[in-house]
Amino acid sequence: MHPAYSVIFFTTTSGAGYGLLILLGFLSAADALPPHFGLGLAAFGLALGLVTFGLLSSTFHLGHPERAWRAMSQWRSSWLSREGVFAVLVYPAVGLFALGWLVFGRNYGPWAVAGLLAAGLSMLTVICTAMIYFSLKTIHQWHNIWTPPAYATLSVMSGGVLLNALVEIFGLSNPYIAGWVAASIAVAWIAKLFYWRFIDDTEALSTPETATGLRVYGKLRAVEGPHTVDNYLNREMGYHVARRHAADLRRVVHLSAFALPLALTMVSLLFGNSGAAIAATLVAALAASLGLVCERWLFFAEAKHTVNLYYGAEAA
Amino acid sequence: MTSLPAFPSGRRLGLVIDLDICVGCHACAVHCKEWNTGGHPAPLTDRDAYGTDPVGVWLNRIHTFEADEGDDVRTIHFPKSCLHCENAECVTVCPTGASYKREQDGVVLVNEDWCIGCKLCSWACPYGAREYDETEGVMKKCTLCIDRIYNENMPEVDRVPACVLTCPAGARHFGDLGDPRSAVSRLVAARGGHDLMPELGYKPTNKYLPPRPRKTRARDIGAPRRLVPAGNAERLLAKWMDRIFTR
Ligand code: SF4
Ligand code: SF4
Ligand code: SF4
Repeated sequence: MHPAYSVIFFTTTSGAGYGLLILLGFLSAADALPPHFGLGLAAFGLALGLVTFGLLSSTFHLGHPERAWRAMSQWRSSWLSREGVFAVLVYPAVGLFALGWLVFGRNYGPWAVAGLLAAGLSMLTVICTAMIYFSLKTIHQWHNIWTPPAYATLSVMSGGVLLNALVEIFGLSNPYIAGWVAASIAVAWIAKLFYWRFIDDTEALSTPETATGLRVYGKLRAVEGPHTVDNYLNREMGYHVARRHAADLRRVVHLSAFALPLALTMVSLLFGNSGAAIAATLVAALAASLGLVCERWLFFAEAKHTVNLYYGAEAA
Repeated sequence: MTSLPAFPSGRRLGLVIDLDICVGCHACAVHCKEWNTGGHPAPLTDRDAYGTDPVGVWLNRIHTFEADEGDDVRTIHFPKSCLHCENAECVTVCPTGASYKREQDGVVLVNEDWCIGCKLCSWACPYGAREYDETEGVMKKCTLCIDRIYNENMPEVDRVPACVLTCPAGARHFGDLGDPRSAVSRLVAARGGHDLMPELGYKPTNKYLPPRPRKTRARDIGAPRRLVPAGNAERLLAKWMDRIFTR
């Protein structure tokens, strides 16, 4: 599948924003985050900024952005529509949570319920995004039981590294928060490893022979296409990344999205509230963001659509 | 409404494509483009149509395959348009309600006034039957010539899809595949018509009739088993002739 930059930016930025909201909600309810005004302002500003920027960039790739409101109507059948509905519902819940934190100085008691609501709706939005990909039987690599867990945990971890950096900047470091962030990175890494293992160890059901129903005539070769120049289908779904190239990029993801942020988060866990911890968490956030853009690019580039079977691909 | 019809009528209009007969002339694709660029999904836009990078929307495409090796090799031309699937996931993924499947005859259509151009339906179609129109910002697909098949302003013989009407070899048939007694259903039964990618469970309505077995093999009438590349002497001769005639 063609890795469209608008979709890469939408899913990584809004994923990080929702992850931040999820952790703010849960850690507040667990009484692990003080309702510090500066931290709240920065965290809500960053989270809503990322989410909103992501949503706007996702509408850039629409043919008719002015009709986008229609996309909320088919929640009965469409995961994309459900994603739209939850993405809108998140805003009032976050508004209520932020009201308690920033105006009344409270993120516990009844205000924590608003926080949990915001966290739950954020999680549902991310899961809907993942389900859009997971539900496509046309793309073997995405129709993978590890797609939703990988999306959900990557979102939490990318929000986590941001939260950890903010907490250090405001001098509110606490091993409990850094511990949760480190754990979220480890879990996301495991989910992504299983995602890749599925891709490497399984094969798509469809072949050129099932695509045409011509198995009995022997091995098929596409000798002539319907058109001389690439059409929409080739440009949108015919993207192909070489195996060797993909392996290199996976190494970049292992290092930049997981190993480095995990090690740097451990630094903040052990030496919290120091200049070194601030630097470490900032570098962790930067490395994770770059690593996840790379991960998302690969998510598309490694996905093969069945339509390619009609254009000479030997396997989907 | 992008949920599939809860009470389908049982009528399943669609095409039957005979791979034994198709000669790969692309006439059906050309007539499809010609009719539909002025019909239901109009216009089917092109970019750089007369330049070096022409790209545009077509609702019907003809691929060509070769099967097997040596003197048993056969060429199979393979027309492909929307199969009007019973379990059309291109419809259920649509967030806006622009894509729908008609209750009365199973035809799958796009309401272009509602489509936001998110392209998700084209990802959900295994067969590459949906093409995005860059210029219009909406999705286009085969309409089963909905504006012909019920068109009372046309003489009855013309109330069939443009591609079926135009095929010079008679390789395309149109009818109700939900009725086991219809001519198309009987043709499918007699010739062992098959589905494309049945393993994905989309239950396509359109059926493909496989090429008939060969009566005589090429080797039985004296053809060589394999074509051998020309030797050096022949190649030199060819080069020399080429030089003479291109002068
Ligand atoms: S062929 Fe593709 S576009 Fe047509 S109904 Fe089936 S899934 Fe939908
Ligand atoms: S491109 Fe149009 S028809 Fe297709 S899923 Fe999106 S809104 Fe629906
Ligand atoms: S039925 Fe009509 S729209 Fe569909 S492929 Fe044939 S000519 Fe084109």
